[in-house]
Formats: sequence, C-alpha cells, structure tokens
Amino acid sequence: MLTLDANEAVASVAHRLSEVIAIYPITPSSPMGEFADEWSAKGRKNIWGTVPSVTEMQSEGGAAGAVHGALQAGALATTFTASQGLLLMIPNMYKIAGELTPFVMHVTARTLATHALSIFGDHSDVMACRQTGFAMLCSDNVQAAHDMAAVAHSATLRTRLPFLHFFDGFRTSHEVNKIEMLSDHDLAAMVPDELVKAHRERALTPDRPVIRGTAQNPDTFFQAREACNPFYNACPEIVQQTMDELAKLTGRQYRLFEYHGAPDAERVIVIMGSGADVTHETVDYMLGKGEKVGVLKVRLYRPWSAKHFVAELPATVRKIAVLDRTKEPGANDPLYLDVVTSLIELGRADIKVIAGRYGLSSKEFTPAMVMGVYAELAKSAPKQKFTVGIVDDVTHMSIDYDQQLSIEPDDVKRAVFFGLGADGTVGANKNSIKIIGEETDNYAQGYFVYDSKKSGAITISHLRFGPRQIRSAYLITQAQFVACHQTSFLEKYDMLSYAAPGATFLLNTPVPADQAWDSLPVEFQQQMIEKKLKFYVIDAYDVAKATGMGVRINTIMQTCFFAISGVLPKDEAIAQIKKAIQKTYARKGEDVVKKNFAAVDHTLAHLHEVKVPDKVTSTKKMPPIVSDEAPDFVKRVTAVMMKNLGDMLPVSAFPVDGTWPSATTQWEKRNIATEIPAWESHLCIQCNKCAMVCPHAAIRAKVYDPAALANAPATFKSVDYKGQDFKGQKYTIQIAPEDCTGCKLCVNVCPAKDKTNPKVKALNMTPQMPIREQERENYKFFLNLPEPDRSKLRIDVKGSQFMRPLFEYSGACAGCGETPYVKLLTQLFGDRLIIANATGCSSIYGGNLPTTPYAVDNNGRGPAWANSLFEDNAEFGLGYRLAIDKQTGFAREMTAALSSQIGENLVKELLNAEQNSEAEIAQQRARVVELRKKLSTIADPMARRLDQIADYLVKKSVWILGGDGWAYDIGYGGLDHVLATGHDVNVLVLDTEVYSNTGGQASKATPMGAAAKFAAAGKATPKKDLAMIAMSYGNIYVAKVAFGAKDVQTVKAFMEAESYKGSSLIIAYAHCIAHGYDLQFGADQQKLAVDSGHWPLFRFDPRLADQGKQPLQIDSSAPKARLMDYVKNETRYRMVERMNPDAFKDLMGQAQFDVAKRWMLYEQMSKLPVYKKPEEETPATPPVTESAGASKA
Amino acid sequence: MDLSTNYLGFRLSSPIMPGASPLVDDIGEVRRLEDYGASAIVMHSLFEEQISGERLASIYHMEMYADSYAEALSYFPKPDEYRLGPDQYLEQIRKIKQAVRIPVIASLNGSTVGGWTDYAKLIQQAGADALELNVYTLATDPQESGDQLEKRTLEVVRAVTQAVSIPVSVKLSPYYSSLANFAHQLDDLGVDGLVLFNRFYQPDIDIEKLEVNPTLKLSSSDELLLRLRWLAILSRKLGANLACSGGVHTPLDVIKAVMAGAHAVQVVSCLLDRGTEYLKELRDGVAQMLEKLEYSSIQQMRGNMSLARCPDPGAFERANYMRILQTWRPDQNNGGK
Repeated sequence: MLTLDANEAVASVAHRLSEVIAIYPITPSSPMGEFADEWSAKGRKNIWGTVPSVTEMQSEGGAAGAVHGALQAGALATTFTASQGLLLMIPNMYKIAGELTPFVMHVTARTLATHALSIFGDHSDVMACRQTGFAMLCSDNVQAAHDMAAVAHSATLRTRLPFLHFFDGFRTSHEVNKIEMLSDHDLAAMVPDELVKAHRERALTPDRPVIRGTAQNPDTFFQAREACNPFYNACPEIVQQTMDELAKLTGRQYRLFEYHGAPDAERVIVIMGSGADVTHETVDYMLGKGEKVGVLKVRLYRPWSAKHFVAELPATVRKIAVLDRTKEPGANDPLYLDVVTSLIELGRADIKVIAGRYGLSSKEFTPAMVMGVYAELAKSAPKQKFTVGIVDDVTHMSIDYDQQLSIEPDDVKRAVFFGLGADGTVGANKNSIKIIGEETDNYAQGYFVYDSKKSGAITISHLRFGPRQIRSAYLITQAQFVACHQTSFLEKYDMLSYAAPGATFLLNTPVPADQAWDSLPVEFQQQMIEKKLKFYVIDAYDVAKATGMGVRINTIMQTCFFAISGVLPKDEAIAQIKKAIQKTYARKGEDVVKKNFAAVDHTLAHLHEVKVPDKVTSTKKMPPIVSDEAPDFVKRVTAVMMKNLGDMLPVSAFPVDGTWPSATTQWEKRNIATEIPAWESHLCIQCNKCAMVCPHAAIRAKVYDPAALANAPATFKSVDYKGQDFKGQKYTIQIAPEDCTGCKLCVNVCPAKDKTNPKVKALNMTPQMPIREQERENYKFFLNLPEPDRSKLRIDVKGSQFMRPLFEYSGACAGCGETPYVKLLTQLFGDRLIIANATGCSSIYGGNLPTTPYAVDNNGRGPAWANSLFEDNAEFGLGYRLAIDKQTGFAREMTAALSSQIGENLVKELLNAEQNSEAEIAQQRARVVELRKKLSTIADPMARRLDQIADYLVKKSVWILGGDGWAYDIGYGGLDHVLATGHDVNVLVLDTEVYSNTGGQASKATPMGAAAKFAAAGKATPKKDLAMIAMSYGNIYVAKVAFGAKDVQTVKAFMEAESYKGSSLIIAYAHCIAHGYDLQFGADQQKLAVDSGHWPLFRFDPRLADQGKQPLQIDSSAPKARLMDYVKNETRYRMVERMNPDAFKDLMGQAQFDVAKRWMLYEQMSKLPVYKKPEEETPATPPVTESAGASKA
Repeated sequence: MDLSTNYLGFRLSSPIMPGASPLVDDIGEVRRLEDYGASAIVMHSLFEEQISGERLASIYHMEMYADSYAEALSYFPKPDEYRLGPDQYLEQIRKIKQAVRIPVIASLNGSTVGGWTDYAKLIQQAGADALELNVYTLATDPQESGDQLEKRTLEVVRAVTQAVSIPVSVKLSPYYSSLANFAHQLDDLGVDGLVLFNRFYQPDIDIEKLEVNPTLKLSSSDELLLRLRWLAILSRKLGANLACSGGVHTPLDVIKAVMAGAHAVQVVSCLLDRGTEYLKELRDGVAQMLEKLEYSSIQQMRGNMSLARCPDPGAFERANYMRILQTWRPDQNNGGK
C-alpha cells in the first residue's frame, strides 16, 4: 500500500494506459500532467512497454484538439483538466462523443468562475459537460479515484463512449491517503489487447481510407444522431461488468450506484464525490444510534441509468435528499432532476424528494451538516430546496445544523499544524504521513490548507492516523495535537480552537521554556487551562541555526511531533525520520543528510514540556485584526475573512454581483518581515530607486512643504530636498514597517554608500520588531503629508516615485519582479486607469480576497480592475476601449449639440482639449465640473444623459495586463487580433518566461536551455519573439523593458505607450521565484539579462516612422556579457547543466548564437532608412504597385 | 632530443603539461592538447565548498516556495538525473580518460576532512591517474596559528594519501612562514609531488562603486622568479617530484624551471593567450634550445642550478636580495617598476 494523493493515484493509471497525452496546466489538475511528463521524461513505460508521449499545448482547447486528432489516428489518448479548461474542451467533447471514440479525460472537479474565480472544488465544471455525450464516472476518495481511472480506461474501449472521470478538486485531488495500488498485471487484465485492436482498426489511415467530420443536412442529421443510442443503452451494464472484473482482481467491489446504510432505511441522501464518503461515515455513526438512514452514492452519472438507480434504493425509503455540489441559478440542480425523473419514470413517485446544495468552492461538508440534512428530512414539512453549510439570511434557504458536533472516533489520532510556506511544514507532514502510512499498519490521511497570499503564506496541515480507512473528507476541528511553527501566529490565529480537551500544544518560540507560559496571549492561556492542554516548546530556529539548516525547521518540528504525539514509539519514529531523510536527500549529498540528522538529534535535547498553571497570568491580548479606523465593510466582512472565519459570514454580508471595494490591503497589517530597511537620511542621494523597485509599495518617497512637519513624530526623518525643482522643500523616504516583506530589493538597488564605511548604505536591513511601533507612527504621519502637485512632477524615475502608488501591499511573493511594473502603472496613470487582467499571478495578487491592493487617491479616483478569464483578456480589454470610446463619442456629440446652452467657449475647450499632460487632464476635469454645473440648468433631457457620461470627456487609460502564459500561449490569438485593430489599448506583458502561478510550466516565452515543467531537460526551442511579431504590423507601439537594468527606459516606454493613440505592447522582464535564485538580486539579474543580450531593450514607436525616422530605437548596448554569465546564477538553467552538461552546452551554444543573430537583426533594423510619407500637397508617389492595388480590390 | 621526464611515477614525453584551466572543459580541446604534445592533463579543481554550497542553495531555492501556495506546490521539474554532487567533474575525468592516452591528473580542493577523502576516492574511481591537492586556504582567523594551520593541512594530506592508491601531489602557495620545513613535512607523509605555486584570485577595488572585484589576471614571466628560487631551494632534498606552475611562458622559462629542479612544468596563461597550438611551439623551442646548449637530454640539466648544485648557492638566499639593491639604478629599471 502507498500513501499518495488522488492526482498521483489517477495519473499512475492514466500514464500506464495511454500512448498520447496532451495537456495544459490548470489548478488543481496540473500535477497529473506534471507526473505524466516526469514519468515519461524518466522513460517510464505504459503497460504495453512504450513510453507515452506527453505534449504541452497552448490551451485546453488545444489539448482537446490534439487528443481528438490522436484518437482519430488510432492512439490511446488522455488528458487532465478542470474548470474553465474543461469548458474550453467542450466543443471537441461533442465531436469525440459523436464519433463514438474511446477516450478518458480525468478531471479534478473545480468551481467555474462566475461572480468570482475560485480554484477550489465543486461540480459546476463537470456538470457543464453532462450534455456532451461523454460517460461520466465519479470518484469519492483517493482509492476510488485510482480504481475508477482504471474502470474508465477499460470501459471506454468496451462501450466506445468517451469517459470523463472526475473527483473533487483539492479535497480528493490533493488529499494524501493510503491506498492499494493496481499492478500492471491488473491493468493489463482490464484492458485486453483485443479492445485496443478494435480501437486501432477504426483509426484514420490512408491504408484503409474513410472520411469523418462530414457536414449533414436536415434530411439526415437527426436520424444519424439517433444511431448512437444502442451504445448509450448498453453502457451502464458494461461499466458494471468492468467494475465486477476489478472486484475479481482486487476484492474492491464498486457499483454504478452504491447504497450504504440500514436495509430498512426511510431517509436517504443521494450524493456523489467526496461528500459521499462523509455521508457514509455519518451514516455509520447514525446506524450506531439506531437511526434508519442510508446514503446512495452515484458513480456512473452519465449515461444515467434510472433502472439501476431505483433498484439500488431500499423499498422502505420514504424520503430522499439529493445533494448537488453545483448551482444552476434559476433552475433545478442537475442530480436532483435526474433522481426525480427516475423515480417518476419507475413508479416511485411516492418518495418525497428534496433538493439540497452544499460545498461550493470546497466549502466544508461535515458529518454535522449531513446530520442536519437527515434532520431536515425527518421533518414533516422539510424545505423543498435548501442549502447546507452556510447561513442564508437573504432567501433563507439554508438549514440549521449543530456546528459543534463531532463524530470522530477516539482511535483516530488527529493533528493540526500551523506553519509558514517557507518553513517546510507541509513537506514534513507529507513525509510523516508516508512514514506512518507505509511503515505501520495505520491508515493515514493528510489535507493541507494554503493561504491566498504568496508571500509570508500560512499553511494549515490536517493529519489523521487510524486503524481503518479514513473517510473523513473534512477538516479537523478536534485535534489531539496542535502545533504552531511560527511564534507570530499567536497574534493572529486562534489556533487552540482546533484543540480537543486534553490535547497537546507545541509551540516554536525563541522564548525560554520557563518564560513561555507568560509569553502567551490571554486567549491562549484561557483555553489551555479550560481544555487542560499539555504544553511543549522548542526554539526550532535556534536548533536550525546550530545545525546548519538555515530557516528550514521542517525536520525539527517533525521530530518534535513524533517525540510528543506518541503516534509511533519514539525510537522507531526517529529511525523512520532518518530513513526518510536519507531517501529524500541522499541524491543531494551526504552533507545535506548529515545536517538533517544533526537537526533530529539536537531537537530532543531542546524540546521542553511547560507546566500549565491553573490561572491566567498574561495581560497581553491578541491585537484586533484591523484598526478602528477601517471602513465598516472592512470591519464587518474583510476582517472576519482575514481572521480565517469567513465561513461564519452569512449571505447578506456579500455583494450580490462580485463587486468589491478596492484599497483594502491597507487594513491588513501582515508583519511578515523579520527585518526591514531603515533609512540613513544623511547618506541618501534622493534617487528614489528604492521606491521604484519595491514590489509592495512599502517604501515611499515624498517631497513636501517644511511647514507640514509640524507635529511630526520625534523619530520621523526628514532632510532638505536636493533638486532645483522643489527647492526649499523637505524630502523623506519612509518604510511601511508592517507591510514590507523584507525582500531587500531596495537595499540592493540603493547606490548610496557611506564613504568611510561602504558597508553602510542609505538603506540597511534592521530587525523589524524594535522599530515597528515607531515606524508605524512615522508611516501614518508620512501618508498624511500632502501629496505633491502631479502637474509639477518631472516624469522620470525620480518624479514618478513621488506619485502615490495606487497598488499597494499585495500578496505577491517577496521580491516579485512583476509588481514594480504594476505599481508604476498606477503611479503614472492610476487616476484614469482601467485594467483588464488575465488570470495568473497578476490576477491573484491583484484580486484574491480577502483584501484588494488596488487603491484610491485623495480624490477617490484609482484603478478600476477586473479579471475575466485567462484566454480572453486582450478581447476583454478591447471591450473596455470600445465602450469608453463609444461613450466618449456620444458625450462629445451631446456636448456639441448642447453647445449653445452650455456656452460655446467651454464646449470648444472641452472638445479640443489635448489632455496630453497631468496639467491638461486636471484642466479638463475642471471643465467637466463646470459642464455639469451648466447641465444642471438645462431642461433638455439630453443634458441629463450627458451628465451621466460627462466623465468620459476626460481621457481614460486602458491597460491589458497578463503573464507570458496568456500573451504567448493561450491568449495569443486574441492578443494578436486586438493589437491589429489599432485601437488605443496598452498591453503590459509581465514576462516571467514560465507559467508562474500554476507552478513553473514551460510557456513559449521560456528561453532555450531553461528547465521548466514539460521541459525538464531544458527547453530545446527558442523563446518566441513576441515583440518582433507585433512590430511587423508597423502601426503598433512595442517596447521591451527591464526595470532592474534601465528604469529610466521603463518609465519612458510606459509614457510613450500610453500617449500613443493606437495599440501598444510592452513586454516587461519579470524575475520570479520560478527562476531559482535569491530575488534580492533580481535587479542584478535583470542587468545581466540585458548585458548578455538575452533581453535587449528597445522601443518601436510608429510615430517616428510618420516623421520619416526609424521607429526602432535600441536602448541597450550590444551584448557585453556572455549568456552563461547570466544563466549560471539561476537554478532553472543550472539544473539542466547538472543533468546533462553536454546537452546544456549545445543548447547554450545555440542560444548564444541566437542572441548574436537577434542582436544583429535588431541593430540592422534600427539603422534601416525609412520610407518617408509624401507631403499631402504633392502628388503621392504610389507606395503600392498597380497589381498590389488591384489585388486589394 | 630526449625531453622525457619522470613525474609522479609516470614516464612523460616531456615536462610540459597544461595546468588547471578551463581548457580541459572541452574534450576536443583536450584532444588537441595531446596532439600538440601535452605530456599529461591537469584538471582544474573540484571544490567541495562549491558543491555543498550549490547543493544547499539549490535545495533552498527549490524547496523554499514549495508547498506554500495551493496552485503551485512546486516550481521546478523533478528529474531523477538532477544530481547536485561531483558527478559532472567525475564524468569529465572519465571522458578525458577515454579521449587521451596521457596521464590525467585531477585536482581537489576540499573543505572538510570527510570531503577531502570522499571526493579523493571518487576521483580515483573515476579513473584519474593522479591527484593534485589544492590545499591552500587564506589564514584570516587570528585565533589560528601558522603551526595549527599547517597541522590541519598535514592531517588532510595524510588522510588523502591513505585513502587513495594513486599518486598524490600537493599544490603549495609561497605564503608559509617556513616553506622548506613544511615541504619536508609533506615529503615525510609520502606525497609524490609538490607543485610550486598556486595563483589566486585577488580582490581589486572599484573606487567609484566602492566595491571589491575578484580578479585573476594571466601570469607573466616575471612571476617565474619566485618559483625558480623555491624550486632551487627544494630540489634534490625531497623524495617528492617538483612541478613548476605559474609564470612559464617561453621555452627559456621551461629550461630555467627544469634547471632549478622541476620535473614538470605546468603552463596555462600562455595557452590561453596564444592558443592551444602554442604548446607545440613551446616544446619544439625547448628541444631546439637544448640542442643549442648542447644537452643530450632534459634529465641532464634537471636541478643543475639548484641550491645543492649551482656554483653560487647563496645567490638564491639572502645575498641575492642585497646584490640587487646595491646595483639597482632608477634609469635602468623603467621608472622603478
């Protein structure tokens, strides 16, 4: 038996039973594709002895097309997807099913984006496919997912129907559990060669030519469509036979519909997915209490077999609750419809059926909720339609349940761990599960809850160990062991609410054991006394430091867990930990293994039990989540979510349409940096580069009147401004101490050094805690200093950083290379900025709740932002432009029409305003105010209509943001089209050269020689030159920038792009954690990228061509460093070199050649003479030939 | 002309061999070196500190962000072949061994006793014919005396010589307070050769950026003089062979080094400067000079100008220094450089 998650369990079967795998990354299915790719890359063969080919496509639509073709050409094909990705496959799904093609796709069922995106699990995506003609098979846990994968691959060949095999995203796909694995022999028995042969014989081949995909007409289409009926009719029986065969091989018997419960049950829940397992567990508990209840689990959802469904129900059933994990607004939910129809068709209309909805977006579904449903069923007049698991105080659909109820048995050990992403807690826990699951007779389960933030992210691990299969597909609420791996969490999370009475609490703290009790907040002390908890402490960071482990405390905390929890005898546990360390790190070097061993050995000596006194001694209380000054909505809603209590919010708390207030990150003081920069004002040269590079707008510059310093806090630093432009004013660099992530980019970019002690710069990292309070006050004072007059600021690096960032404190990674661009955008154009954001990192740090980083200025203006999808962002942004242009045009038309009443001078000024500068925009805004005053005096209804849209007379700046995955791959077709329209939109591509958000898969922006998922051996093809493609149109403004190499060029490009009255494209180099180096050196790496010629800087401005000048201006010098000087610093390249030095050398040789070649091409282009447009007065020399003109006609 | 020599137990066609340099990274280049008459190949050092540093950094960068965020539980592929050990170096030894017939001398710079012996064994297993130990560390710790430092080095050398059966040489720096004594102690441990001397990266200062830039400039013949002196002092007093490394650029330099007592002469800068083919020129030049000077073999001249044999041994000691001072005039010394 092995412990693994469902993604791995399913991929294991799919890989062994496929020949062609086409994939595209999408959460939570990505790991399946990654496993398949990894295994094929390592030469792992399928059961027929050949290595499956794995191809990454440009979108799920592409993957579906590729598998469709592969199937037609006779291969056994598979793919993995979820959510919007699955929707992109639907057109091909109809085709594949219509052609009766054996095929299996494995889907981690995930929420579809509606009012918001969610990466979590429910059935809304798969339910959108129930009409495609695919058979649909559902798995409720990791073991079933492994088994059903095999059933699907077998049954598809027997039935000729394609199968969509699905299981719950995250809850099942990411749950680690102990399962029996199917051997190759089992799989071979289930997929005999003759089935494969039949599939191959239907292949398209010139050796036996046929035609498919014809067009049919009204005379025949209908009949031909009905011709497939016998296959659907036969399918359920065949699937059952396949399940029976599996049972013969393994002893695990599945049925199309599976009833579990009292043979004489009166109340039954019909459900599918992981909720079925929870219901199963609850039914067992209720049977023990003598209740007549049961659960009917749905496995084969399509084709739906009413006969099998009704046959599985006990005759005694009087009431059924059908639970759907999807929502079809304005309609009945789908499983309910199927059940009701079946009962009517087969004469069981006597049964009362009610419809419930649960678990959208991985909302917890617990035994307490299940019992709530059974209680509802027991009522004489149960709710016909209900929801469970939430409080619906608007339409009052939700049913009540006992939230405190726990049915978990005592012989299951439960442990909850609070860690930081970076401290290795989750990895260690996965390791512990493997140890217990695979080295003992115990069953084990692990589920991991992650943060919505990418920096300073908290992880909560839920681990169960017990003597039976663990069906508890919900989070632990009553743990016997609670561990806090980060002392700072004591201020933020009520961790002991997870502790059962008598549980053990382990705390990692720098405080000595004899002072540990007093260091706890009141809330912790109270609960520890009330629940009679045991208390252990360790200074894990001290042990880590002493044993050379750096900040990785995973091994240390894991050792503590085994030492205290008693899950295994201590000595055995230690031996197992060491064995696991050996296995994990042996390949990486004996010294690494030894360091980990030392950490294990040191741990036990530093682990101390603290006696819990019988009274509270602390006076320290957990601080409020947000300050009193926060707006009402933030206090009422956002703060509750920030406290990890979002589940408690009722329906009425929420906006009805997904519209949220911006500017709320300012209320979330995360305090994740242990060190922050401190400003040495006397050394500062006032270049503002620190503010420019800060990914989180946590270091800011301001120039202001000296009079504003009255009432400044004592420690507030201020110096005379050094430039001529604001002579006589004061200058301050201020750090936001609680928002800084401690990335050090600013310190590294700071050019000012102390001449007598160059170690000291104008910015130096210093511990946060001692200066937190003081700097909090200083920052508050700083923010309230008057903002400079934007119209007087020079638009360059320095001037731009005096503009208030309207993108602040996002959840982006510490040291993020994307966010400085986004921040700059909001500084330059924030008060007239509207952003269309492709799904990806930038939409996550831009819009992942609870808090929103886009902010507003003192006038209440700021970026308006929305994310539509991944694939449609350019089109979505173009839509903004079209709407704005239309409304601007209409406003202008009405302004002109009302000219006599408004006043001709004002109208003339309004309509002729250039709005090319901050000053001109301010003037236009003043004119609109004036206009509105006039309109209020005009009786014509047109004046009312103009008043509604008069703001559109002020220029709006449309920006389309996204990563390289969007721009180079999935959204490329749309991007190309939008750019080609010539509309005034600005595209900012944040190019990390990899799919960062989904975990480092290769995109067409990935450079040659770099390793990425799906390019583990180093990408063998060059990076697509998106800029060159765009330049080929001639009328698109194109720039390639890298702020770390030449910030002045970045600012210039942003200004030019915005001012260009046509389409603009800026491709921005963004360093990323997926490159594998310390991001504090991000700017240095950017310099190397430019110096080596990997990332030439240039601007292509079509306006220059109109002036007869060469539009391409190169802003970087000819390559002056070798490509190797750049790539040698990054793990993504180094790992390729390490794996295969010769191949790497070849790749680098080619890449170096490409650099030289591209440079030469660009250089030549930049020097080409330009055809000058003839003056209008003179007869034009025809630029096109006679024939070209004719062909145009 | 018989240029053959004995070094580390090998009978070599000549004393001239390419020293540790990036030239050996390329197998084609290695083959050319042999074709142009290299008598052995000396590889650049395997640095234990670099390997363990890279291991830790790599694990850090790959694991730091893993299991932190629901959408991306990792950011890098996990190929089996990604090894963070000395594999690449060992593989290069194997490849060079397959490519050439001349002896291959690997080089090692360890940082722990365990590392020294473990890597030395791996290098032997990979097929290296001999091992040159790059033992020098900068003595910056004021708590550690010269004696302690030398003892530590001797311990390492003892451990390595016991761990491997291939010949072992030690590459020295000139910065020992009693080099002759230290050389004798190494000799007593049974090392097969001493290489004089290591050249190091030297930190330079950028006066505008206030930064320190490590640099390694190509050597010049000027640097030979220091080597000549110590070769001469040590020659014929040790069981170990001597090799000269640093400052050898011309046939004349080779001859001087051999006369001072070198069994082998390692050249790098001149090859980097003039190309691999210069090796042949060097070798031919030495042969021609020997003929001109009427030697029948290079063996005949080895050590003839050593302290033990030269007509004026004091010239290699203190007297040398004083005589130069007495005769030195600014107008004859290019401004006093």
